Formats: sequence, C-alpha cells, structure tokens
Amino acid sequence: MELLRFFTAGNVDDGKSTLIGRLLYDSESISTDIIETLTRQSKTTGVNADIDLALLTDGLRAEREQGITIDVAYKYFTTEKRKFIIADTPGHIQYTRNMFTGASNADLAIILVDARHGITDQTKRHSIISSILGIPHVLVCVNKMDLVNYSEEVYNEIQAAYKAFAEPLNLKQVSFIPTSALAGDNVVHVSENLSWYEGPSLLGFLESVSISEQQPKEEPRFQVQYVIRPQTDELHDYRGYAGSILSGHFQVGDQIKVLPSGLETTISAIELNRQQVQEAFRGEAVIIHLSEDLDVSRGNTIVPIDQLPSTEKSLEATICWMDNTPFQPGQKLLLQQNSFRTKAVLKELSGKIDIHSYEQLESDGSLKLNDFAHVTIKTAEAVSTDPYTSNRKTGAFILINENTNNTVAAGIFN
Amino acid sequence: MSDYLDQLEAEAIYILREVAGQFDRPALLFSGGKDSICLVHLALKAFRPGKFPFPLVHVDTGHNFQEALDYRDQLVAELGEQLIVRSVEETIVRQKLQDGKGKFPSRNALQTYTLLEVIEEFEFDACIGGARRDEEKARAKERIFSVRDEFGQWDPKLQRPELWNIYNGKIDKGENVRVFPISNWTELDVWNYIKRENIALPNIYFTHKRECVLTEHGQLMANNRFLELDSTDELVTRNVRYRTVGDMTCTAAVESEAHTVDDIIAEIKLAKISERGATRMDDRISEAAMEDRKKGGYF
Repeated sequence: MELLRFFTAGNVDDGKSTLIGRLLYDSESISTDIIETLTRQSKTTGVNADIDLALLTDGLRAEREQGITIDVAYKYFTTEKRKFIIADTPGHIQYTRNMFTGASNADLAIILVDARHGITDQTKRHSIISSILGIPHVLVCVNKMDLVNYSEEVYNEIQAAYKAFAEPLNLKQVSFIPTSALAGDNVVHVSENLSWYEGPSLLGFLESVSISEQQPKEEPRFQVQYVIRPQTDELHDYRGYAGSILSGHFQVGDQIKVLPSGLETTISAIELNRQQVQEAFRGEAVIIHLSEDLDVSRGNTIVPIDQLPSTEKSLEATICWMDNTPFQPGQKLLLQQNSFRTKAVLKELSGKIDIHSYEQLESDGSLKLNDFAHVTIKTAEAVSTDPYTSNRKTGAFILINENTNNTVAAGIFN
Repeated sequence: MSDYLDQLEAEAIYILREVAGQFDRPALLFSGGKDSICLVHLALKAFRPGKFPFPLVHVDTGHNFQEALDYRDQLVAELGEQLIVRSVEETIVRQKLQDGKGKFPSRNALQTYTLLEVIEEFEFDACIGGARRDEEKARAKERIFSVRDEFGQWDPKLQRPELWNIYNGKIDKGENVRVFPISNWTELDVWNYIKRENIALPNIYFTHKRECVLTEHGQLMANNRFLELDSTDELVTRNVRYRTVGDMTCTAAVESEAHTVDDIIAEIKLAKISERGATRMDDRISEAAMEDRKKGGYF
C-alpha cells in the first residue's frame, strides 16, 4: 500500500480543521470514545451545530481557547487504497514557520479558499511557500460552496483567478475541487448539490493522484550517518557506513567519490535489512562498505565519480527566517544538511521575496521572523549540494544558532 | 520503496542512527510493550552487527505484569545488550512521595520522578521512546526530536521547527531530548509490522482467561494485589487481552478471542474505540491530561 503525505493550509475561518475532521469522520477513521469527547466539548466551546469537527485537530489547550491552530498536528488515516499522513498547519502569518515545518515533507498541498472571499493574501502566501518548497501537487479546495448556493460560476471565477495568479510560480501540478466541509459535500462522498462538477470527491482525488516522484535524472547520493565498527574478534575488520540512500540508486562495484575529501574507491558491499544486497534504492536505510580503508566519517557524502554535486564553501540559497529574534550581522551559525554540520555565517543578504506578491525586493539588511531572503552563506567546511529543484534531500538545510541551539532558519540551495 | 511499512521502517532507522550520531549518552526507554519491542527490532536493523550505541532503560513501577518482565529479561539475554532498571518504589521511599491512592492506585504519574532521576544519574542526553502521534492529541503536536529543559519539561509553544528529515538535537548540558522514531506509526501499522517481521510479544497481548473487576466505566481491570476492592465490586472472569501493556493498576483489558497477530489485526480494524480510550484510565481526568503530564517531564 502506498503512503501519501499531505498538508492543509488555510486558517480556521476557511474551515481547514473542519475539512480534516470531515475527512476523518466520513471515512470512519474516528473512534467512538473520541466522538463522545468531542460531543461533550462541542457543547461548551463548539461553534458548529452538532459536533465541532475542528476540535479534533486543535490538540493544545491554547489552541482550543483561542480557536486557532498554532502548531502542526499530525493525523493519520487509512482507506482500502492508501495510508495518509496529514500535517494540519496553521494559517496565520505569525505561524508561517510552523506551516513551513508541516509542508517540508509533503507530497501534496491542500490550499483552502473560502468561496465567498476568493483568493486572499493568505492563499497567495501558502501557494508561494508551496512553490518554494517544490511541493509536487497543489490542490485548491474551494470550500464553503454551501454559502454561495453551490454556484458553478463562483467556482469558475475563483479557478480562473487562481490560475492567473499562480502562473509565475511554476507550481508543478494544480487541481481544483469544490467542497463544503461543514455540510459534507464532496469531501468523502460526491454531492448532488454540486452535480455540475464532474471530478472526484476530495478523498477520491487523494486516493488516486499519482505520487511517484518523477525525477527525470535523479543523481545517486548517500550520506554517512554513523560508522559501525563492532571491534570484536570475529568482526575485527568490519567497518560499515550506515545511512540512507538520499536519491538515485547504488550498486556493488560502483566507483564512488567521498566528499568533501575527494577520495575515490569502489563500493564493496551493501547491507539492507541485515542481508547482503547487490543494489539499493532511494529511501532505503543501508550499510555501505568500501573497498579501501579511507577516512570517512559522519556527514560525508558518497556519490558516483561521474555525477558530482557542487562542493563549495560559498553557497547561494533562499532562506526563511524562523527565529523570534531577528538576524544579527556576524551571528555564529551552524549549517546542517541531513547529518552534516559545519560552522557558517551569512555573508550577504542579496534580496527579499515579498511573500504576498512573489515580488523580488531589495534587501534592507534585516531578517525578521517569517522573512524570505536570498543569501550567500560562507561555511567552514565545503558542503556538497544539488539545487533543491533537482534534489529535495541534498538541496535543503537548516541554520542553527550556535549560542541558543535553536533552529533559526530553513533554506534551500539555488 | 513504494510500500508504506518499508517507508515507516526506513524513517525510524534513520532517526535511530541520528540519535547515535548526534548524542554522547543516549538511552532507549523500554517498557516491555509492543511499541518499545518494535524499537528494539528497529535498533537491530540500524546497528547490527555492531552493539547498540545505547542501553535499554526500564522504569519499573512495581505494578508491571510479570509476563512483561519475563519477556524483558529473556529479550535482553538474547540480545546481549545492557539493561538498566530503576524502581519507582525506591524513588517513592527516597523522595518521600505520596504513593498512588484509591481503588486503582496508579503510579503512572510517579514514573516521571524515576525517569528524571535515571536521566540525571547517567547524564542521558537523549531518551528514545515508542510514543506515537496517533495515540493522543497532545502527542500529535510533538516533534520527533522533542527538546526538554533541565526539569524535563516540554514547552508546546516553543518547539523547534523540524523540517524535512533534518533533526536538530543540539542542546546544552543538563537538557535532554526525547526522541520518537515511530511517531508516524498508528496502532494498526505497529501490528502489521509485527506480523511482517514475525516479532515475538509477551503473551498477555493474546487472548487468555483472567479474573477482572468491572469498573464504573465498563472497563475490565485485572484483579491483582494492588487493587483496593470493596464488597460491592463485581469480579468477573472473561477471555481478554491487552491492547497496551502499562501498569496493572491503570491499564484495562479488552474482551477478545484473538489468538494470533492476524486475529488482532482483524479485531483492530473493526474496533470502534481508540487504543488509549479502551485501555487507559489516566486520560479520563481532563481534556489536557497528557499535555499537562508532558509539561511536567512525563514521556
């Protein structure tokens, strides 16, 4: 069975949490004891008629008090066809970093639009973030159709407006669905109220959308997480490099280069699932053995000798600042790319992105919470990178404040 | 790798190896329940033929099922790995704590004291646990690398952003990180994995005859020496199994005829009540019971 990870963006007023609640409720993924609890809660705090489905996802006391989503909540459900992981992300601009968190791993974005209001600043922001993160599919859910008399015309107008706005964003694939989460139209079951709409319900769409990530030329990348050296009598010379295949595939006999050292050798063995295998593919957690005893340690990248990434100490990237404290020039940072960590400084802030218009702005030298900026980063050790647009694993990184240990930014290599 | 179990497994192994790579003194919290048993199985895949880069730590409440303890000892003997056991009973005496009271005297909350003690004793900087996000709504909000301050407290409003599969476990001395490699697994995923990998479990997960007390909420609590029963309590003998293995004093049994893992999977697919709802007495207290316990240093 396949696994689909998606996130939902939009705020409570768009009915996002209600939509997820409806998806879980109508697909019979909620247990009776949870429904009982909800019914009890809804009587005191709920805004909706019978049970307030939004209360399903707002798991923190502060969220229930304020009626908003503050942090990502993960929800799970399974149908006959697929297993789903939902990252329910906050819509408010002040929680953009939490939305970024929930979206980073997703195969698909559901962007909610209130049929009465059409495209808003928030719709634009969420779409731009989906574009920056290279989300393979964007599904625009035109919700609250019940409040516009299920009008086909309204739906068509919103669809046209969105297409016009999204054109410069280079979103990979965009689809549209009209729904009413509150009334249950077209979420799990196709609705007669929307008889003019000929596509699948939301769930039908999620069950059938293609999720095999189509990477035209996926270059093999592996990074060492941990060196296994049992140092026992019978395994005296055993030295295995444990890690996951980040992209592409490797096989025994491949000629490889270890970066950043540049040493070359061949793969002598691959272990998967405690067995020897001839080859290993993207995502698999393996142990790789090399023909020669080289100096290879955690964070080193292994690649084929004829498909090299860029390995530099000066890196061009786009970052989202996530710390409450604005960037201070000269601030000591650590750059972490998968398991590789090195000291870093932001050398140049070369421009900002207006997160509502996608306009490229001049940098004013500042970086505040939720700012998106183009930067040049200098690192102590060379980092092996691919552009994020061609590799979501080796193209992504975080910045850590060396002093506070907080994750202060997320970035992608250009 | 198109199968979801392969993906969940690879993600968990990746996380375990990140713990090994990022921390000096990690530990794996082992309860004898199915989730921590899966963690041990995943650790074998992550680190064999090497040794585990961490000991197994069991916080023994003194209210454990004997079957779970026997299983623990046998497993550790087979693995040849280090096991550290610390007792809640001893913490209660040492710190002069109030033991659990009432008919079902739970030590669930008291475990936190022992956990924090053992973290301090061994200076553990990371504790791996088998908590899952589908269990409870506060857990659904927690990061995979969950940073705790020197008092073990979780601050849900100040969680580090956690992007892609890049885990920031950088902390100051005295702090620690709770790590949840199977965060994204559901109860059913765990059982499907147990089936696929043919993992042995304590036999209380399968149907057996047991004398139980019927509680006012209709739950079946195993009759045991820790309960304070009175004359009005009704004792019944039923065919039951456990969906979760916690303390005898706060974990309820469910009626079941499931003899095999396949039977259990079929049963869960039809179950109308959630895992915690069916078996835990401690979450009934308030809507935010788990959130509050975590803020206080609980797992």
